[in-house]
Amino acid sequence: MGIQQIAFILLMAVVGYFAFKRYSRLRKNIMIGKEVELEGNSSERWKNTFLVAFGQKKMFKNIIPAVFHFFIYAAFLMTQVELIEIIIDGIAGTHRFFAPMLGGFYTFLISFIEILSVLAFVSTIIFLARRNILKIPRFKKSEMSGWPTLDGNLILYGELLLLIGIFSMNGADTVLQSIGSAHYYDTGNLAISSWLGPALFGSLGEGTLIGIERFGWWLHILVVSGFIIYLTYSKHLHILLAFPNVYFAKLRSRGAIKNMPAIMNEVKSMMGLTEEVPAEEMTDELPNFGAKDVFDLDWRTLLNAYTCTECGRCTSECPANKTGKKLSPRKVMMDIRDRVEEVSDHIAKENITDLSTYDDGKSLFDYITKEELFACTACNACVEACPIMIDPLGPILEMRRYEILTESAGPKDWLPMFNSMEQVGAVWQMPEARDAWTNQLK
Amino acid sequence: MEGQIQVKKMAEYAAEGKNPEVLFWVGCAGSYDARAQKVTVALTKILHNVGIEFAILGEEETCTGDPARRAGNEFLFQMQALQNIEVLNGYGVRKIVTACPHCFNTIKNEYPELGGTYEVIHHTQLLQDLMAAGKLKVEGGAFKGKKITYHDSCYLGRVNGEYTAPRKVMEALDADLVELKRCKTNGLCCGAGGAQMFKEDEPGDKRINIERVEEIEGSNADIVAANCPFCITMITDGVKAKEKQDKIMVFDLSEMIVDSNKW
Repeated sequence: MGIQQIAFILLMAVVGYFAFKRYSRLRKNIMIGKEVELEGNSSERWKNTFLVAFGQKKMFKNIIPAVFHFFIYAAFLMTQVELIEIIIDGIAGTHRFFAPMLGGFYTFLISFIEILSVLAFVSTIIFLARRNILKIPRFKKSEMSGWPTLDGNLILYGELLLLIGIFSMNGADTVLQSIGSAHYYDTGNLAISSWLGPALFGSLGEGTLIGIERFGWWLHILVVSGFIIYLTYSKHLHILLAFPNVYFAKLRSRGAIKNMPAIMNEVKSMMGLTEEVPAEEMTDELPNFGAKDVFDLDWRTLLNAYTCTECGRCTSECPANKTGKKLSPRKVMMDIRDRVEEVSDHIAKENITDLSTYDDGKSLFDYITKEELFACTACNACVEACPIMIDPLGPILEMRRYEILTESAGPKDWLPMFNSMEQVGAVWQMPEARDAWTNQLK
Repeated sequence: MEGQIQVKKMAEYAAEGKNPEVLFWVGCAGSYDARAQKVTVALTKILHNVGIEFAILGEEETCTGDPARRAGNEFLFQMQALQNIEVLNGYGVRKIVTACPHCFNTIKNEYPELGGTYEVIHHTQLLQDLMAAGKLKVEGGAFKGKKITYHDSCYLGRVNGEYTAPRKVMEALDADLVELKRCKTNGLCCGAGGAQMFKEDEPGDKRINIERVEEIEGSNADIVAANCPFCITMITDGVKAKEKQDKIMVFDLSEMIVDSNKW
């Protein structure tokens, strides 16, 4: 067994260990949320997964970023083939394991990946320019200052490194094949490397070429390994979570806010519409309604928060945000994730097992202010805008419910409307009869 | 159909042992807001003229609860909703038409979980159906040559996906139709939804209706066609704030049909 094989297996073991730890924690964090009753059926869910997640249907509302994003996405999907080969080669000590068995198809496959990689390279540079030179407004909102902006750039730099790795590896490989170096199997003419390789490395000696080929190979796998761990700290988790997030996305009508059966049943019994509520279901304890903290949100909302890639399409469509109000649907999702992370750290530090008594003196309201919550018009523009079916409106309404139902707080302006509705069944208290308008027909 | 228009109540039909074809759900705005009452009257005239047998609930109708629910007041929502469902089910109501997309949405999408399931249509959908069936014709061409734009309400458009019916109705008006930049799925809210209608704005640069009216101004339209009493209020206020009330008119589609037909 060669030294590179040992190093590779060790690397895989270390990455595997940390990845297992980080992704187990991620799963646990999402499951802090309450149970969700999934609507609809699985065929609808798979349809969404194919169209919206795999097919990126909702991205194409905004064609320019959609096309560039699609190149990076397609390169990411296809490069997995090359990654599998790298892993096999790394463990078995082979070189281009698939090449002999696939023959001409291998040439086609790697060429295809190379073309996508060039497109992805160009797209990544355009994305860096959009973020840093063109200053697209949605990347410059206040919630993006500091870490979120750095995070976005780091991901793009990481992508460039990955692609540099691929082209160093394939380019040097092509030249090594042409000089008949041992172990470098003929891959056929690769679409990009067959000219890029000789152009960059044509004059170099065999030893240097092998060094460059190995450098590219190791750079690729090291950046991939780094990515796997880094993702769990980054906004970039959407490359994995977009798929389950779309699969589990809300299927009920946008117009139907989540019902509260406890309140419905209580009102029914008040109105004499149901049988007496059995004694064991009655409690003296005042229940908490709505969401004060992440425990009160369902796990789907927490999955939404981890899936959010902070693109800001929601915020740039939000009528409140457009007119200078503090509300930003993206910030709501970022705040939920930050709060889950805080809770998760606290749980780990204090070794807490019973979440029902969790109290660190903070709540989601330390992150999301009432001013933000009450500026929402429930217009669903954010819901429509999200390419991966995140629902920022859900938690906003849940937090409003907490304010109004549990805290009996909320904007004072609403009281006359509430009172009038309660007393006369209309949003305004008017002296005339509800059908007084019919007089205008006479 | 000529003569005095009689608006009967469900209770009167029930007393005769009859059930009308459709219930006209008027809503709070349609009942009490002076501007929205004109839309209610216009839709009544249309229903009367095409010979649809309809009734209203009158005093038995209360707010659907939409603003309470979106404000977060679920108790109040349930009280309104369950009371309405009791009344609707009591009369055996099957089909409901309303000129308010908020009432439309709540009855259509939120009442079923509470025990109230009906066929609910928005009046623009009814108008399109009637036109398609040849029962409603637009005469006169009162709007011929006028530049008209259409404002998608969130709760008919983005929430319930109805973009075509109102546009089809507008085509019949023989006017010059211009789309706003933010239309259909990207339509901009008027600023009233989510119970914002009933409170002051949070601090910001401008009101949402002003943002929308600036877009309308940019379209050079003479008329904004809307389908929601709250949108009409917000856009009218915005037009007034911009002192453009002599240049830009705001109408509901039903009013435009009634005007064209001189009903």
